[in-house]
Amino acid sequence: MNLSAILQEALAAVAAANDIPALEEVRVTFMGKKGSITELLKSLGAMDPEARKLAGQHINELKQQVQDALNEKRDALQQAQLLAKLAQEKIDVTLPGRSLEQGGLHPVSRTIARIESFFAELGFETKQGPEIEDDFHNFDALNIPEHHPARADHDTFYFNPKLMLRTQTSGVQIRTMEQQQPPLRIISPGRVYRNDYDMTHTPMFHQVEGLMVDKNVSFTELKGILHDFLHNFFEEDLKIRFRPSFFPFTEPSAEVDVMGKNGKWLEVLGCGMVHPNVLRSVGIDPEVYSGFAFGMGVERLTMLRYGVTDLRAFFENDVRFLKQFR
Amino acid sequence: MKFSESWLREWVNPALDSTALSEQLSMAGLEVDGMDKVAGDFHGVVVGEVVECGKHPEADKLQVTKVNIGGAELLDIVCGARNCRLGLKVAVATVGAVLPGNFEIKQAKLRGQPSHGMLCSFSELGMADDSDGIIELPADAPIGQDLRQYLALDDLSIEVDLTPNRADCLGIKGLAREVAVLNKLSVCEPEITAVPATISDSKAIQLLAPAACPRYLGRVIRNVNLSALSPLWLTEKLRRCGVRSIDPVVDVTNYVLLELGHPMHAFDLAKLDGDIQVRFAHSGEKLTLLDGNEVTLQDNTLLIADQQKALAMAGIFGGLYSGVTAETTDIFLESAFFAPQLIAGKARQYGLHTDASHRYERGVDPELQRTAMERATALLLQIVGGEAGPVVEAVAPEHLPQKAPILLTEAKLDRILGHQIAKTEVSDILSRLGLKVTETVDGWQVLVPGYRFDISIAEDLIEEVARVYGYNNIPNVAPVAALKMRSFKEAALSVDTMRQLLVDRGYQEAITYSFVDPKVQQSLFPGVDALVLPNPISADMSAMRLNLWPGLLQAVQYNQSRQQNRLRLFEYGLKFIPDATAEGGVRQVPVIGGVIVGSLANEHWSIAERPVDFFDIKGDVEALLGLLSANEQVRFSAAEHSALHPGQTAQVWVNDQAAGYLGALHPEAERKLGIKGKAYLFELELAALGERHIVQAQELSKYPANRRDLAIVVKSDVHFADIVASIKKVGVNQLVDLKLFDVYTGQGVADGFKSLAIALTLQDKARTLEDKDIQQVVNQVVSVLKDDFDATLRD
Repeated sequence: MNLSAILQEALAAVAAANDIPALEEVRVTFMGKKGSITELLKSLGAMDPEARKLAGQHINELKQQVQDALNEKRDALQQAQLLAKLAQEKIDVTLPGRSLEQGGLHPVSRTIARIESFFAELGFETKQGPEIEDDFHNFDALNIPEHHPARADHDTFYFNPKLMLRTQTSGVQIRTMEQQQPPLRIISPGRVYRNDYDMTHTPMFHQVEGLMVDKNVSFTELKGILHDFLHNFFEEDLKIRFRPSFFPFTEPSAEVDVMGKNGKWLEVLGCGMVHPNVLRSVGIDPEVYSGFAFGMGVERLTMLRYGVTDLRAFFENDVRFLKQFR
Repeated sequence: MKFSESWLREWVNPALDSTALSEQLSMAGLEVDGMDKVAGDFHGVVVGEVVECGKHPEADKLQVTKVNIGGAELLDIVCGARNCRLGLKVAVATVGAVLPGNFEIKQAKLRGQPSHGMLCSFSELGMADDSDGIIELPADAPIGQDLRQYLALDDLSIEVDLTPNRADCLGIKGLAREVAVLNKLSVCEPEITAVPATISDSKAIQLLAPAACPRYLGRVIRNVNLSALSPLWLTEKLRRCGVRSIDPVVDVTNYVLLELGHPMHAFDLAKLDGDIQVRFAHSGEKLTLLDGNEVTLQDNTLLIADQQKALAMAGIFGGLYSGVTAETTDIFLESAFFAPQLIAGKARQYGLHTDASHRYERGVDPELQRTAMERATALLLQIVGGEAGPVVEAVAPEHLPQKAPILLTEAKLDRILGHQIAKTEVSDILSRLGLKVTETVDGWQVLVPGYRFDISIAEDLIEEVARVYGYNNIPNVAPVAALKMRSFKEAALSVDTMRQLLVDRGYQEAITYSFVDPKVQQSLFPGVDALVLPNPISADMSAMRLNLWPGLLQAVQYNQSRQQNRLRLFEYGLKFIPDATAEGGVRQVPVIGGVIVGSLANEHWSIAERPVDFFDIKGDVEALLGLLSANEQVRFSAAEHSALHPGQTAQVWVNDQAAGYLGALHPEAERKLGIKGKAYLFELELAALGERHIVQAQELSKYPANRRDLAIVVKSDVHFADIVASIKKVGVNQLVDLKLFDVYTGQGVADGFKSLAIALTLQDKARTLEDKDIQQVVNQVVSVLKDDFDATLRD
């Protein structure tokens, strides 16, 4: 059999092989121990050196050509096999993943956390206190004597004349100042209680109060910090105004309004310079130190920030409402 | 306080429109809460006179009138009001007039009689909610004049929400003073002159409690005519200030109250026996008030009395017996100063709140009594006639409020404001406020008028200066403070971290009321006393929570009734445990707790649906405790809790301190509360969780780890935790991990027994463990388990 016939035969066989085992058979047929090309190589030994050299060269060329064809075919078959496998393993990647649904923080907590972080940047430490409070910390120390009309305005939940649910978190300021001398920078978030329940009042709500006491703390600084805070909180350059008001524990006192989207002023917090009687009641000399304090209703701020229209939704805990705040 | 804008403008009339005026008041600290028109929108209504009035031939209840409105012809008008009569001055809506509600007046025929207009009532003009008959205008009302102009109806009722410190503005006089200051104007006060006595009748006055009542003025007025009507100008002013007309005497005292901010009271002279006494009540003394209620007085209550009996609660409420009635002919008029600190809280003590008590407890001008008396006398004589006696004044000057001069330094003003205001400007502001100002070397010395009860220290003056200067004219400055680093304890476990972990595990944070329904609480804590609010919003919000579960389970109910069945809720807050040894008799314990109910995962194409069980919530609790990274200190023990299933309750221990509970809601509570499906609960006390462990890193072993699996059979009631403890006790420091990978009961394991498959991982730090080492440990473990639990190896 001449070499070109073998080549034709081998190439045809390679082309005809449709899978790896068939191709392997072709390889054995031609290149295996007893393959036809192997046999040809074996036959070289019987030739004279001159002829052997020439024949050897031809047979090796043949072998190389067949080997190339085999390799090429193997690559092609493997590639096809891989593609088939990949095609077979194709999935619908748009199916939902296998994870536990994430929960969420209550919007009130979320607002408190944001407020805490703004003030933490300025070195304000978060302080907590009791919710059942005595009349000294809730009223007396805050310059609200027993029969002051401001006490009546508080709609207090009393357990007895000396013990009540706190109407403000200001008691925490007193408790802090009783234990620490200035400089002081604290904020105290938490639940407060007033005996009032209608469209715009719930008997429990949240306040964050802030206090800074140091030498030379001034009203301009109070204005500065609250401007910064409100701009940061609403992430908007909204209009802000300070309006004179009255709180027994601050003098001067102010209420702060922001301009709503409807062009109307909305009250968002109360503030002022700490009344000297308050500083004195906790043993801080008002001739040496001064301070400012501010207090804000968390629900009110949350409603404005996230467009909540019904205050009561905060405490119904309807998960369909809560899940919006993720 | 509600006031009429036009009345204010009689006293001071700045060049500001109503909106600007209200804005100015708000920005001065007198917050305007609302502005309402004093009448509806209407036009075409004029003053007319009924010149003919007769019965309608066809209708009993109608009258046929001719009305003169000053035109060429009289108007034929049919009117149904009973008070329509000949000679009456009336408000005539002429043809073409439009009344409130866009109601246009047209020519009409009523039962055959022509009607060219309408006689109006107050309610038809939006000046009253309902009215009895048509408006009766004064006899001197000019015929033909537009009614809006005649009654000055283009006026607003302005409501100011006054803070308790600004009692001086509880009257037109005070408001005018304030507006004048803000606009640098002067107040145009009506002239109030003394009314000379025409009779000599008087009553002696004894100040028996001079500290509480240092000044009391009384005056007798005889022969008054109580059937006289209050004039329209007066009742209109009252109405626009939100006060109803009662009778001429009350109307006059109310007028003075609104105009001067000074409460007054009138007694029926015939009911008084002898001298007037101002004294404290005797404990148990009784008084029937004007509203008909009898009160038993406490001895802290100041009274007006005569020689025989209590007449009135001073500065708070008049008495019924001595009150003015339609039969009264002689009155005794009171104008007094009562000390605010002695009036404060007394009205409230009896559940009362009156215009008088509101003012007296905040402070009434101690210099104004005589002015108020003369004003009221003049008005009364004008309206009800009569003869006035002399004013008798009893005064205890030493008890009148004394105002010490206040010193304010420039340094202090600058320090508190952080902004310098020129000295001359400060002096000007204080002077305009009516304070007597003397400039000193370093500031000011200021004398405050008696009506400013809110100014007594330098800080009060600073507020006044800042307020009038304008808060918004003071700059905003970033605070300056030392950059002192705060300390942060790495070992402190923050609540926020715990919250975030629960959120990541699918929990939604809830905030429930701290007061819960006592019935719900009792179904979880039968027989346990909670702190109860004596005056709750409602009975179902009256018990302070003993833990977080009543609130959380109520939230579960709420959601389940809204088709929300898969719930994972947590809450952080205080629980309130009555404890006589604690501050205030209650321990306020910070806790974090949660509830899960429904299926573990949302319906999913590839996750088999199953309801949550004990080990789901336990996993969450373990994860929370894992934040402590000190798991060896955490232990769970089988326990009982009144709210939980007795066979599915675990108590949590951290460092051998009780830290909380978890478990399945007790089936009885589940039934009582109507919870659908099995709910699982946990609660941990934050204080018991201790601190995070600060890691001391261990070197890793270079030698291979070896795993050996053991399947042991023990009685069903043996606790796995005890088995672990025993294995650890074996003291093999080569045991680096222990896993329970199967729990089996059923075929091949005898009834009452269970098979546990445990994987032990052994590793030494110094060498490779050989088979015999490993086998020795395994044998030791098997032998200990045999000894402690009678455990056998399962084949």
